[in-house]
Amino acid sequence: MSIDDSADHPTFRILAPDGTPTGDPDVGLDDEALRDLLRLMIRARRLDRECMALQRQGELTVYPPFEGQEAAQVGSAYALGPDDFVFPSFRELAAAVVRDVDVIEYLRYHRGTWHGGPYDPLAARFAPICVPVATQIVHAVGWALGAKLDGRRDCALAYFGDGSASEGDFHEAANLAAVFGVPAILFCQNNGWAISVPLAEQTAAPIASRAAGYGMPGVRVDGNDVLAVYAVTKAAVERARAGDGPTLIEAMTYRIGPHSTADDASRYRSEEEVAAWRERDPIDRLRGYLLAAGVADEGFVESCRAEAESWVAEVRAGLTSLGPPPDAELFDFAFAEPPETLLRQRRELLDGA
Amino acid sequence: MARELTMVAALNAALRDALSGDPRTLVFGEDVGELGGVFRVTDGLQAEFGRDRVFNTPIAEAGIAGMCVGLAMAGWRPVAEMQFDGFSYPALDQVIGHVAKYRQRTRGRVGMPIVIRIPSFGGIKGKEHHGESPETYYVHTAGLKVVVPSTPLDAYALLRGAIDDPDPVIFLEPKSRYWVKEVGEPSTEGPGIGRARTLRDGDACVLVSYGAMVHRCLEAAETLAGEGVGCRVLDLRSLVPLDVEAIAEAVRATGRAVVVHEAPLTLGMGAEISARIVEGAFDHLEAPVVRVTAPDVPYPPASLEQRYLPSVERIVEAVRRTVGY
Repeated sequence: MSIDDSADHPTFRILAPDGTPTGDPDVGLDDEALRDLLRLMIRARRLDRECMALQRQGELTVYPPFEGQEAAQVGSAYALGPDDFVFPSFRELAAAVVRDVDVIEYLRYHRGTWHGGPYDPLAARFAPICVPVATQIVHAVGWALGAKLDGRRDCALAYFGDGSASEGDFHEAANLAAVFGVPAILFCQNNGWAISVPLAEQTAAPIASRAAGYGMPGVRVDGNDVLAVYAVTKAAVERARAGDGPTLIEAMTYRIGPHSTADDASRYRSEEEVAAWRERDPIDRLRGYLLAAGVADEGFVESCRAEAESWVAEVRAGLTSLGPPPDAELFDFAFAEPPETLLRQRRELLDGA
Repeated sequence: MARELTMVAALNAALRDALSGDPRTLVFGEDVGELGGVFRVTDGLQAEFGRDRVFNTPIAEAGIAGMCVGLAMAGWRPVAEMQFDGFSYPALDQVIGHVAKYRQRTRGRVGMPIVIRIPSFGGIKGKEHHGESPETYYVHTAGLKVVVPSTPLDAYALLRGAIDDPDPVIFLEPKSRYWVKEVGEPSTEGPGIGRARTLRDGDACVLVSYGAMVHRCLEAAETLAGEGVGCRVLDLRSLVPLDVEAIAEAVRATGRAVVVHEAPLTLGMGAEISARIVEGAFDHLEAPVVRVTAPDVPYPPASLEQRYLPSVERIVEAVRRTVGY
């Protein structure tokens, strides 16, 4: 897989892999915000690695790591306003960190103590973790239609992967979004692999190029360049707020780790490929730029690491102290008003009556 | 002033009253706008409530159901139409994966006050894929309510109740009863979702059914009355929640039960109802429960559908057998 401009769809980029600007680095963020991007990416990666450790230690069941995709998630989530709504897939913990989702509650999902939305999705403006791939894109379109009908200027952003873009729900969502002209951003993190299936076996054309067929703009961006991701997402947000409809973004990135802790990526891809992508590390890239531009110094980077370290320790402590939910919760949430037939099952199972 | 109305007119009135009563209610689906739906259930609603409240969608059943989820999250009450039973299956992934589960997945924080209307069942000489009985798919999916009206006035009450319900309701409309009239004033009074109703009393046997087959049960009961066999007719109305107490009570009173539905035999509602009768009224049974259903084959062409659907004669014969057991 290549993210070169010589590929069949132009790729927007601001920073070269070594952090050297190849385009205008002024994306409308002040120095504090630029440092914030770096802080959030460092924090997210530290959490991701802790989650891998927690899984190995038996504290999480299965965990899908996002290392390598920090810029794609942090840059896009950072472009949203507080009232915008994120519809994640299942690998968007870095975006959740940006949105200030309760991470301990979020990780209850991977601890196996609750399903998709253990945090408060409405308060966090972050929909439940969504595993049936591409189904969440349609939800985002529905939410965006609701926002439009309400006359609000908020938008919805749906995350999905390159594999999800093969699903019918991607097509239906994209078509509905364009037909209704809703304020939605369809944000594809193209990380090159859908579990073991490479991009070339998934699609024969750039995913961004499909946008033309739906009647919306399609942008391909270097997903490891956080400034570029922020810039294209911000432009899509502004389009949405102006009532100009949806945008499809394809962020070219790479999953450094396995699909999940249950996966063995060595069965389908080479160490050389992974090593080549490590050379394009999104955190190193922004750090290189900020240091060279004098926006941050090594002391700042070190303080980010220290802050992430202590925060992750708190997350670990909070998470590992969580026990299983009480048995009664089996029955508590299925219906607003549980029918008598269900209450009878509850009595039989819980009370032996 | 009582009026005469068809089920189509009653459903239309229910949608109109729901749209008037709650500005968060939306009606959408394929052809529901200017056309008023292929069965005209939404006739005139777009003109009255505007294109923001009542609108056409592209042909995208999964998209329609999935948008319901997002709209519900944004605080709307979507009432979606699937054009036909046989075309509703692309939406099953969204219905099973999200509509039914969202409330539980979010620990009760995000409810799904969604109604999905599906013109269903056979008996109208339809083309293939236009006469299916999909109720079991939904009944077996925990988190959904499933209702089937049999008469215009009850269709009005059930649809209003479904739209007001905080949980998702699959609303299956018996197409073959769309144009049959009933005299009365639509009302939300009466038994709510989850309650069966007795349409005829009798002490020899109870006929348990829902939707269009209720009327064949009533015809059969009339025939049997002429033979001195009194049949109670129980219209379930609601498949989830199922009124198991009303079923058991009817069996306790009559000692015999015949269950009638259009869906194929195996794992149809008759299986569940028979099991509930055994659980709730075993000691009162004078004869085995009999099921009169369609056979386990795909829905046939128009020229064979009346052989496929439970006929009045088959119901009568089933009652004679169970009474003579």
